[in-house]
Order: sequence, then structure tokens, then C-alpha cells
Amino acid sequence: MRLTCPICGDRDRREFYYLGAADYLDRPVEGEAEATHRYLHLRDNPAGVTRDLWQHEAGCAAWLVVERNVTTHEILQVSLAKDEIRDAR
Amino acid sequence: MGYSAFQLLKEGLTGNKGWRPVWRDPEPKAEYDIVIIGGGGHGLSTAYYLAKNHGITNVAVLEKGYIGSGNVGRNTTIVRANYFLPGNSEFYSHSLKLWEGLESELNYNVMHSGRGLINLFHSDGQRDAFARRGNMMCNQGDDAILLDRDGVRAELPYLDFENTRFPIYGGLFHPRGGTARHDAVAWGYARAADTLGVDLIQGCEVLDIDVDGGKVTGVQTSRGPIRAKKVGIVVAGRSSQVAAMAGLEVPIESHVLQAFVSEGLKPAVNHVVSFGMGHFYLSQSDKGGLVFGGDLDFYASYAQRGNIPMMEHVMEAGMTLMPAIGKAKVLRSWGGIMDMTPDGSFIIDRTEIDGLYMDCGWCYGGFKAVPASGWCMAHLMAEDRSHEVAQRHTFDRFRTGGGLMDEEGTGSQHNLH
Repeated sequence: MRLTCPICGDRDRREFYYLGAADYLDRPVEGEAEATHRYLHLRDNPAGVTRDLWQHEAGCAAWLVVERNVTTHEILQVSLAKDEIRDAR
Repeated sequence: MGYSAFQLLKEGLTGNKGWRPVWRDPEPKAEYDIVIIGGGGHGLSTAYYLAKNHGITNVAVLEKGYIGSGNVGRNTTIVRANYFLPGNSEFYSHSLKLWEGLESELNYNVMHSGRGLINLFHSDGQRDAFARRGNMMCNQGDDAILLDRDGVRAELPYLDFENTRFPIYGGLFHPRGGTARHDAVAWGYARAADTLGVDLIQGCEVLDIDVDGGKVTGVQTSRGPIRAKKVGIVVAGRSSQVAAMAGLEVPIESHVLQAFVSEGLKPAVNHVVSFGMGHFYLSQSDKGGLVFGGDLDFYASYAQRGNIPMMEHVMEAGMTLMPAIGKAKVLRSWGGIMDMTPDGSFIIDRTEIDGLYMDCGWCYGGFKAVPASGWCMAHLMAEDRSHEVAQRHTFDRFRTGGGLMDEEGTGSQHNLH
């Protein structure tokens, strides 16, 4: 499996650290217990296309949102997490 | 049909023509008291103990593929009770005791072999941690012996003790740990459950779960609708999909774990050996293949195959620990889908829907739990309250943050276990 970092280009999977589902981008307001539970623990976990967070740890260190098909390991799209956050706002 | 030495001799002398299928292939009935979704090890043992311990025999086990076609038929077969935390400790202790009586219980050779398991340590700090774990195991009533370097050398002379990065300081020996024949466990429980009247329905995929007014009423399957008073979801690997049929979201992310088998070799490895610092463990099957594996690939996946970097890592760790392994050829490898929970421990609990129960989140340790998982799930479904050795394994521990069982102390995040 290889990921194409928007900054560094096509790189080996070993350069990247996987954090988890892109749910981690939607951090809830402090004190909202149920929302925090959802944020930390509950996952759609689909057997299909997912959006998850990776970091180009051994490269530019940028956080990336990766769209993957988890049944085939096909990488559909890689974008910078900061752009995703800006678009969401 | 029972098995005996006499029958074996008779069949052996008459061309083995007398053997018959050992479980029925029934048509699904319109209604059952209990429907278990998933005919893997855990689903089958749940059905068996529902019938055996609780007298509930109007039960169906619905299996999408065939019995033994999932993770129970493809794993590294290790059976142990060397857990540390309250909750896990008593549960796996109970499971190991059930394993030790399983062959006479089921009259089926599951090839359980208490050959001993050794966890290696490589520093003073790790020795202290393992001594503490060993004390916890002894307190639970199980067995643990702290071996020094010479003690390990006497048992495992073929390891590299002088490795520069991870010299072997000793090991925690768990004599009752060992292995069992993976698919025989599924077959044994299937046959025993069938004998007690449970319908095992293979080739029957559950497509939807019927819920009416917050209460489960049955399931829709590829072989038609089946009504049920209670439904148990026991489908580790696909828990999120099946839970979603009832509108539930579960604290699970699916990851891939790879394992490997070498060509058949003469007996060399008499124990189960684990090399935690290198993420590597090893045993030898009765056919002679070295069975070994490592860590997760560390990304969500349902592909049932992993990537080459983790294969390379496992091979390197094997060479580090046991240089002689380099002479062996790898015969096959595979990847299984693991239900990873945030704290690395499993869930046997009610759901928010009346009459719907889940047994899930086994991470990469479900095989050794097969007997106790079924025992506790059957107890939960029959009596509507948790069994005492599984009462901490709730969904609620994540919501409240109280009672998380993070055995490795790595943090409550799916990919860290």
C-alpha cells in the first residue's frame, strides 16, 4: 500500500502513521459527555469506503485525510487535514 | 453419534464406510426462542451452553458461510490465562478451565495441548512487570513461574540469548498455556449443540434485524424471515455491519492481523513462545508447521490480507529471536478481520434494544475465549444478567470511562492494542 502525500508525492506506507477514522477532526465541546463518547469510541466502521486520518510521520509530518476502500486497500483520495478543516468551517 | 476406540478400530478395519455427517442440515423454522447470528466458535459455544446449562433448545445458529469458515478456522490456536486486570483475569481463567475439560465434555478431540507458554523479557523493568503479572495469575488460581535466563535456556535452547538489542533476561512461564486444534473446536461444539436439538443453519445470511417498539422480533435472512424472542449477535469481524441492521453503532474499528505457517518440520518448538518486544510469537503445529505471527497492520481493513511491511517485520523479528528459523520456508500467510475495541478488551452485553444481545470486540484474542464466551453469552441471554466473570465487559464502560480494561496500558484508542 502506498499513499500519495499532497506535499511529498507517492510514498511507501511505512512513512505514515495511522490514527483512525476522520471522526477525530470533529472534536466536541468540552463537557459534552455523550458527544465525547461518540468522538472517542463509536465508529461507523464501514466495510467499504472510509475517511481516516494519517500523518506523514517520516516525511513532511502533515496530517492527511485519506479516502480508502478498506475491502481492497485502494487509495481513492489524499488531502491535507488542514484544508478539510478549513472547508468545514 | 459418540466416538470410541472400538468404533475407530471397527471403521479402520472396514474401510471407514460407516461415518455419517455429525450434525443435521435443517430447514429454518418460522420461529425460535433464541436466534444466534454467527456460526463461529463463539456462536456455537453460546448455542451449546444455552442448551446444556440453561435447557433452552429451541435455538437456531445462522451462519452465512459454513461452520468453521471464519476466524475460528484460521488463527494461531493459542490458549492461555495470563491476563493481568480484574475482569479479564477471572474470565480467561474460567475459559482455560473449560478448555481443560472440553474433550470429555464434548466427546470430541479438540487436540487441546497444555504445552506451556513462555513470555520473554529483556530488561530489569520488564522482569518486574512480568513478576507482577505472574503474581496476579497465581492470585487468580492459575499458574506462573518466573524463569531466569538459564531457566529459559533449559526450555528453549534454540533462541538467540545474546542479541544486542534484546538480550533474553528470562521469561514468564505459564505451564497450562498451550494450543488447541482451531476448527475441531467449532466442529465439536457444532456437533454437541446439534445433538441437544439446536438447529445449525448454514448458508443463511442475515440481511436485517426486525425491531418493533424497541424490542427485537426476529431477523430477515437470505432463506426467509425468522421470528425470535431473543437474538444474539456473535459475528466478530462483522459486528459493526450486523449491529447497524438494528440501528446500533458500536465502539469497534476493524483491523487486519496477519499470521504465517512454515512448511512441515521435525518437532523442534515444544512450547508457545512470545517475544513481545519484537511483536512476534511462535508455536509448532502437530503437522510440523511453525505457526507464527506479529502485530496488527495498524490501519482499518476488511481485506482479509495484509501488507508486505508487516510481513517483513514479522520475519525480521523471527530471525532476531530464533536465527535457525531462516532455514524454514513460509508455506502460507493470511489476514483476519479483528474487532478492535478502544481498550483492547471484549464486550458481552445487552444492547439498547430489548432482547438483542452482543458478543463482540474480541480484538485478536478470541480463540482462547471460545468456551467462556459462549458460557457467559448463554448466561446473559438466558437469565438476562451478566455472568460474574464477564460482568465488567459492558458497552457502558466506554460511555462512562469507568472500568476500562486496557491490558497493555497503551490508551483507549482502537489502533493501539
